Amino acid sequence: MKVLLSWLREFAPIETDPDELGLVMGDLGMAVEEMDVLGEGLDGIVVARVLDLRAHPDADKIQLVDVDAGDGEALQICCGAFNMTTGDLVPLATIGTVMPGGMEIARRKMRGEWSNGMLCSPSELNLPGDPSGILILPGSLEPGTPLTEAMDIGSDVLYDLEINPNRPDAMSVAGVARDVAARLGLPFERPSPAVASGSTPASDLVSVEILDPERCGRFTARVLQGVAVGPSDRKVANRLTLLGMRPINNLVDASNYVMLELGRPSHPYDLATLAGDGFRVRRAVEGETLVTLDEVERTLTDADLLICDGTDAPIGLAGIMGGASTEISESTTDVVVEMAWFDRMPIARSSRRLGLRSEASARFERGCDFDDMELAHDRFIELLGDSAGTPAAGTVDARGNLPSREPITVRPARVNALLGADLPAVEMKDLLDPIGFTTDLDGGVQGDTIQVALPSYRLDSDAEIDVVEEVGRMYGYSRLGQTMPVSSLSGGLTVRQRERRELRSILAGLGCSEATPMPFLAPGDLERAGLPGDGITITNPLVAEESVLRSSLLPGLLKAVRHNMSHRNDDIALFEIGHVFRRPSDPDAELPDEHEVVAAIVAGADATEAVVIWRTVCDGLAVPGVDVANAEMPCMHPTRSGVTRVEGEPVGSVGEVDPEVLAAYEIPGRVAWLEVDVERFLAHPHGAPTYRPISRFPSSDIDLAFEVVEGVSATDIASTIEDAAGELCGFVRLFDTYRGEGLAAGRRSLAYRVRLQAPDRTLTDAEVGEVRAGLIAAVEGTYPASLRG
Amino acid sequence: MIDELQRITEEARARIEGATSTDDLDELTRTVLGKKGTLKAFKKQLGTLDPDDRKRVGAAVNEAVDELEALVDERRHGLEKADRARRLETERLDLTETMATSRRGHLHLVTQATMELEDTFVGLGFTVAEGPEVETDFYNFEALNFPEGHPARDMYDTLYVDFGEPGSTLLRTHTSPVQIRVMQTQPPPIYSIMPGRTFRQDTADATHLPVFHQIEGLVVDRDISLTDLAGTIDRFTKAYFGGDFSSRLRPSYFPFTEPSAEFDIIRPDGTFLELGGCGMVHPNVLRNCGIDPEEYSGFAFGFGIERLAITKAGVDDLRELITNDIRFLKQF
Repeated sequence: MKVLLSWLREFAPIETDPDELGLVMGDLGMAVEEMDVLGEGLDGIVVARVLDLRAHPDADKIQLVDVDAGDGEALQICCGAFNMTTGDLVPLATIGTVMPGGMEIARRKMRGEWSNGMLCSPSELNLPGDPSGILILPGSLEPGTPLTEAMDIGSDVLYDLEINPNRPDAMSVAGVARDVAARLGLPFERPSPAVASGSTPASDLVSVEILDPERCGRFTARVLQGVAVGPSDRKVANRLTLLGMRPINNLVDASNYVMLELGRPSHPYDLATLAGDGFRVRRAVEGETLVTLDEVERTLTDADLLICDGTDAPIGLAGIMGGASTEISESTTDVVVEMAWFDRMPIARSSRRLGLRSEASARFERGCDFDDMELAHDRFIELLGDSAGTPAAGTVDARGNLPSREPITVRPARVNALLGADLPAVEMKDLLDPIGFTTDLDGGVQGDTIQVALPSYRLDSDAEIDVVEEVGRMYGYSRLGQTMPVSSLSGGLTVRQRERRELRSILAGLGCSEATPMPFLAPGDLERAGLPGDGITITNPLVAEESVLRSSLLPGLLKAVRHNMSHRNDDIALFEIGHVFRRPSDPDAELPDEHEVVAAIVAGADATEAVVIWRTVCDGLAVPGVDVANAEMPCMHPTRSGVTRVEGEPVGSVGEVDPEVLAAYEIPGRVAWLEVDVERFLAHPHGAPTYRPISRFPSSDIDLAFEVVEGVSATDIASTIEDAAGELCGFVRLFDTYRGEGLAAGRRSLAYRVRLQAPDRTLTDAEVGEVRAGLIAAVEGTYPASLRG
Repeated sequence: MIDELQRITEEARARIEGATSTDDLDELTRTVLGKKGTLKAFKKQLGTLDPDDRKRVGAAVNEAVDELEALVDERRHGLEKADRARRLETERLDLTETMATSRRGHLHLVTQATMELEDTFVGLGFTVAEGPEVETDFYNFEALNFPEGHPARDMYDTLYVDFGEPGSTLLRTHTSPVQIRVMQTQPPPIYSIMPGRTFRQDTADATHLPVFHQIEGLVVDRDISLTDLAGTIDRFTKAYFGGDFSSRLRPSYFPFTEPSAEFDIIRPDGTFLELGGCGMVHPNVLRNCGIDPEEYSGFAFGFGIERLAITKAGVDDLRELITNDIRFLKQF
């Protein structure tokens, strides 16, 4: 929302320094996004009239423009914009002008043609408006006049304010001024135009029928007979131009001006083209069409509200945009001006569905004032001055359902409790009255409650909590001070959160760096990674490449590996902890299956690297009962992968990525891969290592080599040995594997070293021998294995 | 005899001096000082002397033995030292030739920032809560006082997924759904933060990512006020940024809080950073979670993590965070 300081001053005698005023508005919740001091650095810029436009003989992107800079002579300018036509008035930076940006204008040749100055875009002048074109000035100015003089921007300040959705009132100069005046303790006055009218009652000329009183709360119409359509007066045209709106004609300009000034949208119709001399406000019929002012044909649904003429033909989309058929033209003589109130939500929905936004819809969506029509109509007519013709007597005023504005009961104690303040009720009244929340100190200053009126321009407010906010806002949040709540709880991370950190530091310690690929995949990415392609998809993605939710971390990490390889980065080892999404098996599930998964990927490493990572992670988090079983897993190397298990339950996969998948990602060499479902992995009891006293007695090692059928788990055999050795077991290690000569086909040799140690004595040779025999018997009795001689 | 003794001693001294290995010294010890050594033999001849001479010569022999033994020890020590030095020299390793780079893996910049923020709030007495990234419309909007069709929903460019009824399931646009889940399951007092991944329909550029991280905070307790919110934000500001930073609240609007505010972090030089939004939990939100707003009140705040992380690290393009280039990852 853009406001001019000079305009604010028409409502309140603001003398505050402009920078300070910016801070005041920010503290009231209207943050200043930009502040421009106008008129500075515009010396040398004059109004010029476009006389002729010619193509540049030697360039496409610039044209030759002849302008009259006030002396009646044609002055040739080379210009890179094409938005002006012959007769337009434009700002010309004459030779020698130093632009606000510091550039000095000189006479120079552009591709062989002389340019005797520069035509300026709004941004080159620090003004709002389309920066890609030349600023088109109001048509009433005199060529040769300095721009600052012609546009009355001698010394003004333009603020661009960020207005929150709950501040419909602040979408207007008057609303901003009301807040500022209240904060600064200044009087605030809205204009009270005196408008004379003729004797014909407006209701004789136009009728209004509201067929949907829920959505149209009020529809007022005034009629102006004998208007003179033409350019606006200079002040109106200049202000609209300065705020980035192009003046059209006095009627359209008055409508825009009243909207900017009072926040009141209106729509002028040519009465001659209004069939049936009246309005009907009704819902559209499904499939009904309307050509809006922007010349687009809109297909409507029964959720859209229409303004129709007296014959029920649609002439406008209520609150959003008028239709083309009743537009004001130069031949218009009789005008009917609509000022209405529409319910907020339906306007918001229609505007969103049609993708059609307008200054009017932005205001209706937030909630326009429903009680400002008389004033706004008068102001509209006042702005037209002598061109207004003869206003018909009275206003046609049809009513539907309007929001309740009954005063509400507010507890000052509650206000203070929520704000952390200690304001007496009378001070709350002083804060609330100036912004229209007129307060009645029900029961006097000592009363427990106060009655607060709700202004018609603050439809966002209808409860005590809204008044709490207004009191705090007008008092000033920073003036309220700071306190610290006293918690009876102690802070901390949960076990899972601490373990997640531990997991990260283990993986980083193993040399893996943490990657965070986007969780969105392209269609086909899952299949390309050898995974089922039934991922959950995004229904409204910006691009198709980001439309599938990952069901595995593999595609994202493969892309990351590929990226690093293509940049010739060495030692590519990455990990990620993130969520994956799958369709749930329960058809009644409220949400998809979402799991936290940890994955590690190491380029140029084989499956053993992944197994080592898995073992280290389990050791680091003290998870007992873990193992790996060879298995064919989706997306993984068929003969070099397995399933990771805790107490026999599968929790993930380990090994190498399938060579075909690697080929699809153009990744050469082997890639070690580990992916574990964190929730399932850590669901098993863990994290409580049991202390075993260190024996002080000598230990004995025995080596046992077994010939074992291929496919029997070497890890299982080690477990069997460990179990059989019982409390004497120090460790069991697989220290050699051998395949080849001397072994039966389909068998390999597994050599284990077992360290035996008793907690309380030195083992005798006889004891060691007994244990050895027991271990052999246990292995041979459990597996197709035999001790090698 | 004394002359003879002096000759033997002299000769032994020379041999000790000339020894090139401990073997030479062992040999000398054996042949001169040992049981069958020359000095031993010499001693045996003492019996033939008269008592005076015997005493005199005996003392001289003992003196010679002591002297030679000391010389042997000294020489042996010297030789061993030289031996060790020779051996160590052959093992010499030039450490400047070891230029292998660090093998440490690195945590992602955003993870590091998140952990630092978590730790700061844990220090202020907060717990850390989490929730799903795919959410229902109820948790992401409706329970947060955004009824269906509410214009403020437009402030969030929401991504929907093909699950359940059309429009019912979405990628959470903020971590606020976790606030609802916490309030639904945990009776007050609540002092929690909610860090996590959030999503918007946005094109990645230097200042936007479609997937980013937020951290929110929620306090619900008896007698919680707006000044408690301001105090908590300020305490956090000083703990995280430094004691010479301060904070301020400016009125703003969010459907789920009222009064609502933006909060700025004010640097020691007076410039400021617009960090996030905050406010008192809206009574409707408390009610939606089964908490009586007359009995309890609360505040909530939230801000993005990425911008904080890259500002601190001096990175000027958010996209660096998602390229996963190890040349980037290994810098932090």
